Amino acid sequence: MLKIEEQKPVVFSSELLAKFDDVITRYPEDKSKSALLPLLHLVQAEFLWVSTSAMDKVAEYLKIQPIEVYEVATFYSMYFLKPQGKYALEVCRTGPCCLVGAEKILDHLEHKLGVKEGEVTDDGLFSFRGVECLAACGFGPVLQISPEYTFYENLTVASVDKLIEDLKNK
Amino acid sequence: MSRKLLLEHINVPGINTLEVYRQKGGYRAVEKALKTLTPEEIVEEVKKSGLRGRGGAGFPTGMKWSFLAKPEGVARYLVCNADESEPGTFKDRYLMTHIPHALIEGMIVASFALGAKVSYIYVRGEMMPQIRILEKAIAEAKAAGWLGKNILGTGYDLELYVQPGGGAYICGEETALLESLEGKRGNPRIKPPFPAIAGLYGCPTVVNNVESIAAVVPIINDGGEEYAKIGIGRSTGTKLISASGNLVKPGVYEIELGLPVEEFIYSDEYCGGIANGKKLKATVAGGSSVPVLPANLTLKLANGEPRLMSYESLSEGGFATGTMLGSGGFIAFDEDQCIVRNTWNFSRFYHHESCGQCSPCREGTGWMEKVLHKIEHGHGKMEDVDLLWDIQRKIEGNTICPLGDAAAWPVASAIRHFRDEFEWHIKEPIKSQTQNYGIANYAAPIEKAPVTEEK
Repeated sequence: MLKIEEQKPVVFSSELLAKFDDVITRYPEDKSKSALLPLLHLVQAEFLWVSTSAMDKVAEYLKIQPIEVYEVATFYSMYFLKPQGKYALEVCRTGPCCLVGAEKILDHLEHKLGVKEGEVTDDGLFSFRGVECLAACGFGPVLQISPEYTFYENLTVASVDKLIEDLKNK
Repeated sequence: MSRKLLLEHINVPGINTLEVYRQKGGYRAVEKALKTLTPEEIVEEVKKSGLRGRGGAGFPTGMKWSFLAKPEGVARYLVCNADESEPGTFKDRYLMTHIPHALIEGMIVASFALGAKVSYIYVRGEMMPQIRILEKAIAEAKAAGWLGKNILGTGYDLELYVQPGGGAYICGEETALLESLEGKRGNPRIKPPFPAIAGLYGCPTVVNNVESIAAVVPIINDGGEEYAKIGIGRSTGTKLISASGNLVKPGVYEIELGLPVEEFIYSDEYCGGIANGKKLKATVAGGSSVPVLPANLTLKLANGEPRLMSYESLSEGGFATGTMLGSGGFIAFDEDQCIVRNTWNFSRFYHHESCGQCSPCREGTGWMEKVLHKIEHGHGKMEDVDLLWDIQRKIEGNTICPLGDAAAWPVASAIRHFRDEFEWHIKEPIKSQTQNYGIANYAAPIEKAPVTEEK
């Protein structure tokens, strides 16, 4: 179900709108709805999540109904429908990664960050969650950090600790 | 060393750039195809090569191309399926990361053969780094005149775009992928009509896996007949295998089809054996959707002959004693791994990824996940095993797309080959929380293999 978290109007910068304009040139003129998924990624990269008001603006831009955006944003797992930490850590929790210790990494993150899956740390820096297969099974356990989706492979408890320290000091 | 067609230059520094890729003979296939071959001749070469779809289904690529409808005045599309999401499979990520131009070169040749003027590479959204790599490589190729208007002065125009997905396994199914590319939820379409007749925007469309498209390059360079000489029987050419799990050297390997499974697991050229000196318990040979096999049936057929890495040998014996090559996602389990836990994990995956369109899959995957969770956590009852068998049978074949089958097969095969491990979890609810069932029952010679029932 679509949980409405915030109704503050958002403003799309001219840089963001220029990116939108570039994306829709990829499709036939009457098929600009194809731009929906890429546009939502651009919105998320800018605001770190996709709010209802942002979705309404995207609908307006593409000249489609808001529901057409909501149904897509809620279907795909990558779109955050509520605010995340500045660094949203996503750890693969599917079979092959679990064979080499992904569950330990998830447990460790909960302990290290002091928050449960999906919650944000008090300083607003981190949130984490388990996600399904990230197609890097030979290099597991793995995690990715949005919005850049930088990838970290062959994780150990020590390398996760170092990663978190590095991000804190960034 | 076996022949490498796709990964031959993987270790050449700078092979991700157009300059180095060209130095190593890159884009020869585009020159040959556009200047000396007709689209029909290209399709014919791909047919002769015997190339089969590398995404999992194994359908002959040349045949798929020949089905494409060509009504006058209607656009045709080639869409590359780079939504690699099958647990155990990571070959496409590897190829796109290191040799992006191999995919772009294949896309140009294939688009020309199919008469597409605009083609898309649909990459799963999580692969943002790979999307950036591909976009950079496309810009390079376009600046050098390999894409755009009037390529090589032949009058052929092609625009190539990268489309990110949104994180949904189901979009690897070709009609769900097309829905997603149209900006909609990834709900698979009812077939027919097949995409070859009505695909993207209702136009004739071919959807091919990354590896299939990259394989078109050596096929055009060397000819379909040369390609068909590699491999065994109807499994022609080379295949990228993604090896993961408890192996000494997990990673992506290019093999000639027909390599013995035992050699693939244990030789130093490939996986180098099971990690930490442990024994092999089981494998999933072709990505999480294919049946799990105990070690003995992985290495040998039921008649005792060696099992080979090929479409036919891996499926030898049907689901009673065989599995499938699938996407080539080879997952190895060592003696300490728990089959029940892994089956539960896979069930959770399919439940999470079910699009919800068909009730047997939407309800059945969640039900299986719950029952497996119960057994794994020491609350199972003996009748739960039969219940699981019953649920998976009612999903299989009763859904629009193959996700239902993909969710049913891991559960069915786990019960078929490892039923005693499920029963042990139920009989020993406390012990099973701290100990593993181990390997003992699966080390038996083939004739005593615990192959229980076949429906």
